[in-house]
Amino acid sequence: MRGFGGKVFAMLAKDLLLEFRAREIVVSLLVFALLTIIIFSFAFEPGPDRIGIVAPGVLWVAFTFAGVLGLNRAFVQEKDSGCLQGLMLCPVDREAIYFGKMLASFIFMFIMEIIIMPVFSIFLNLPIFMPWLLLIAFLATIGFVAVGTIFSAIAVNTKARDLMLPLLFFPVVVPVLIAAVKSSAIVLAGSSLDDLWPWLQMIAAFDAIFLVISALIFQYALEE
Amino acid sequence: MVKSFGSQPVLRGVELRVREGDFLTIFGPNGAGKTTLLRVLATFMRPNRGSGKIAGFDITKQATEIRRRLGLVSHDNLLYDNLSGYENLKFYGRMYDVPRLESRIAEIVNQVGMEARLHQRVGTLSHGQKKRIAIARAMIHRPSIVLLDEPETGLDQEAIAMLTGILDSLGPRRTVIMTTHNIGQGLKLANEVGILVRGKIVFQGPKPTEDPAAFSDVYYHYVEAHR
Repeated sequence: MRGFGGKVFAMLAKDLLLEFRAREIVVSLLVFALLTIIIFSFAFEPGPDRIGIVAPGVLWVAFTFAGVLGLNRAFVQEKDSGCLQGLMLCPVDREAIYFGKMLASFIFMFIMEIIIMPVFSIFLNLPIFMPWLLLIAFLATIGFVAVGTIFSAIAVNTKARDLMLPLLFFPVVVPVLIAAVKSSAIVLAGSSLDDLWPWLQMIAAFDAIFLVISALIFQYALEE
Repeated sequence: MVKSFGSQPVLRGVELRVREGDFLTIFGPNGAGKTTLLRVLATFMRPNRGSGKIAGFDITKQATEIRRRLGLVSHDNLLYDNLSGYENLKFYGRMYDVPRLESRIAEIVNQVGMEARLHQRVGTLSHGQKKRIAIARAMIHRPSIVLLDEPETGLDQEAIAMLTGILDSLGPRRTVIMTTHNIGQGLKLANEVGILVRGKIVFQGPKPTEDPAAFSDVYYHYVEAHR
């Protein structure tokens, strides 16, 4: 496979194979998110009347911090092995590297979310299968990794990279997180889907804006 | 070209002209800016001032065209430890759009003598074996311009002979710029030499002598004069 799509696919396939071999990212995300859900569920023990208030926060705290953990590792392996230079040497559009990395981060995070959601439902006495919540997670994760990938590339060249990523990243991704929490609250409280629609549109709009802007400025993030 | 890191100038006005087909070896003491010069030429970083062209392409504006023609063998192997040599070469081959990739991998692996360990994970190979795969990676797309950053590090004499054989196989029009501390090796391979001191090329021209000892005198004369 050649062309832009071929390069994106090559990047993605390489990252998936590396993760399949090392099992570093998905396992860490799962463990972190699982522990967060368990701790919060014991700490709050929300009743049916307060579930719509507490549960979205619990869910997105778990997803967000686990997601940052994964994004922190997105470029670390490339950087530590010197392979980031190998990538920078390749005569490919930087956007191809960006989309390959972003898709890999998205897959790792979304796998974690798919596995964590039933656990979250069991601990908080919610229905196991919530398709609208899955859709919210899908859309919000796109925006999350779209921004996170670029800040991960910037942070990897700094000394305190584990600290730098959340510091740089959270102020920018706040709109997606707010929309994700608000829309999750609507689903979990069983409110009308008419209330949900504007939030989903907002997340989708942020996804589109963040994807385009991040892809365009990614080349500057990679430069030394 | 001028390149600084913060307030620290590393390249202080490098002027360099290399003809197609030349093998230029750049000698210089530690901290002279050899690696930074190669990194600018490899389009990893932009110069703060000045400009440069490689194969007619501007190093800041047409970097992708330069990368298409460039191979780099550096201190780092640029290989993924958790992938095999074959998987690494296949990945880079795809990124370079190498035609008939499988046969090219077979050819280059044969040249670096790594057929037996091609499917072994790179992390389990010895330093010298990794370096051979790294050379295969750098040459997978038959670059017409090769940058060698102290390539003798981690390579035995046999491997260096292998590397020069591969460079020869790229044809008479391939251009090589090599940095090294090893005067004997650098002099032997080059037809043109340069001396970089404190971020400036203080000498460039055809090698004045074949004798490493005699060239050492020339080299130290320039280094002392410009230190």
